[in-house]
Amino acid sequence: MTEKKDKKEVLYSLIGIAVLLIVIIILEKTIPSTSILFSVLKKGAIYSLAAVSMNLLNGFTGLFSLGQAGFMLIGAYAYAILTMPVTIKLSDSVYKYYDCIVGFQLGLIPSMIIAGLIAALFAFLIGLPVLRLKSDYLAIATLGFAEIIRAIFQWDTIGPLTNGANVLRKYLDLTDVTLPFSNIPFPPTLFIFIVAGICIAIIKMLIDSSYGRAFKAIRDDEIAAEAMGIGLFKHKEMSFIISSFFAGISGALLSMYQYTVQASQFKTAMTYEILLIVVIGGIGSISGSCIGSFLFIACNEWWLRFLDESSNNILGLNIMRSGFRKVVFSIIIMIIVLFFSKGIMGEKEISIKRMVDRLRRKKPKPAVEEGAK
Amino acid sequence: MEFLTANLPYILAGISVGGQYALIAIGYTMVYGILRLINFAHGDVFMVAGLVMVYLTTVFPMWLSIPMVLVITVLLGFAIERAAYKPLRNAPRMSIMISAIGVSYLLQNCALYFTGGLAKVYPQIPWISKTVTIGGATTKMVTLITPVIAIVLIVVLVIFIKKTKIGMAMRAVSKDFETSQLMGIKINAVISATFIIGSLLAAVGSMLYFSNYASVVPTSGAMPGLKCFVAAVFGGIGSIPGAVIGAFIIGICENLIKGVGWTTFSDAFTFALLIVILLVKPTGLFGEKATDKV
Repeated sequence: MTEKKDKKEVLYSLIGIAVLLIVIIILEKTIPSTSILFSVLKKGAIYSLAAVSMNLLNGFTGLFSLGQAGFMLIGAYAYAILTMPVTIKLSDSVYKYYDCIVGFQLGLIPSMIIAGLIAALFAFLIGLPVLRLKSDYLAIATLGFAEIIRAIFQWDTIGPLTNGANVLRKYLDLTDVTLPFSNIPFPPTLFIFIVAGICIAIIKMLIDSSYGRAFKAIRDDEIAAEAMGIGLFKHKEMSFIISSFFAGISGALLSMYQYTVQASQFKTAMTYEILLIVVIGGIGSISGSCIGSFLFIACNEWWLRFLDESSNNILGLNIMRSGFRKVVFSIIIMIIVLFFSKGIMGEKEISIKRMVDRLRRKKPKPAVEEGAK
Repeated sequence: MEFLTANLPYILAGISVGGQYALIAIGYTMVYGILRLINFAHGDVFMVAGLVMVYLTTVFPMWLSIPMVLVITVLLGFAIERAAYKPLRNAPRMSIMISAIGVSYLLQNCALYFTGGLAKVYPQIPWISKTVTIGGATTKMVTLITPVIAIVLIVVLVIFIKKTKIGMAMRAVSKDFETSQLMGIKINAVISATFIIGSLLAAVGSMLYFSNYASVVPTSGAMPGLKCFVAAVFGGIGSIPGAVIGAFIIGICENLIKGVGWTTFSDAFTFALLIVILLVKPTGLFGEKATDKV
């Protein structure tokens, strides 16, 4: 019975995902690609992945880490350096003051995976000392490591690798994505949705597995989890590494989306934004993080734009000018943090099956069956 | 000795920055001692104090602006505590920290709105902005008087905490939150007093700090804020002398690193120090018995 129900759930989810992808394909065919809708969708999907990877740590394992921007930076740089064509690396157009030491280039997908792996490697090394700390000390230590990473990437001595504090550009970006075995350009928004979607699906599967249950046990009660035979350090380290792997991939996607990468962009403020997304969506909910991310990006970059237009002022008051949307937006965030601390979804997930059931006005299955699993 | 003369400007700057950090770090260490909260917004309160000074001096004379800045900063600190932390007193610690991050985001965005993203030139406070020369190093008066002001204020604060009734209440609350509540201590008054003292010192710190750096931007509070928290951890969180010594050490080391030419690493050094101290001696230099932080 349970299996049958699960199958139905999976079927509905797959249908939902297919519908979403088709909608995106249709949008990309009908609306001009310069529309702000696409930049919101792309950035929203990238931040979804970053937020879900942070949620894996903060929401599911109970490790309050603030190092996300650092791992995204590693992923973004690794991706940019690996995919930049050798001819550009050797010329002066990007590496103006240094001689690039990376004498090869890789394809798009392998680079992306390697970007994630490098971020994961850093996470492994950082995790060894840091994961012995708890709550706010862990937060401040991971934040510190993110700052150290940022400083290292801007260091002159490793300039031949990272181009110092200068911008990296002219690597493979979204316009270079093609359909397999052809030169037809791949729809960029669809590409980001597919990559972010696959990564989020993997995280979801991980959370539903026995490892995920161990993570949740650690979150709820460390001592009890340890008594049940869960290796605390091993599982924390695992969660940290996996989260950083996907943060690295989201960094790679971000670098594809922006066409340029610079270390100074990955400041603590970025981590804070991702954290606020997680909070808005609900700590411990994957679909919440995705919804939160799209809402955050859409409000921040699109829907609240009218607040910045000084022509919209009424009664001769001069309150609406550049930056006002950010003020309104941060007040909304404070209201959510203070009065709706569960966020949009709390710890629940969106279930298409439940929605369908509700539409059919079916009563939910009796509780006895739930217990019989 | 040769090292001293060669690096005198950096050491002087370090001592001065250390004094400014000390004033901010006290706000962190006191709030953490009582609420177990990293007040991420404290650095931004410090930045807002700087901006308020910029705006007030365009309207009022200097002698009036300085006390007004102190009062407004204190009110801001008090209001933040009441609005953003008090409703969450019984919530998990993570929620309060998120609220602090939210306040920090709000203050930075408000500052961005009011300044239009431009760096504001900090007004010259007469006398302390004067240039002086000692031992061949030219520096501003503020460099010399900062450590003096900082130490005087800290001594006053320590006496306040040791001798007065509210100081005693603060010590009791930081030892045991629940028990002191049962003993009839008005927790909210004590917490408000903590935030008021912290904000007051941050306002003084901001006057000294920005007199040295000459301009204020919306993000100029973030980095000093984090560094001062590190200073507080380094000295042993909850301990005021610890925070002061930590702040001076960080200020001096940071400037010496700049003197050697590793400017990119002056921020990273602070965090490296934090990680080392957390791993080697998690209670900090003057911390009390081991708590559950490791």
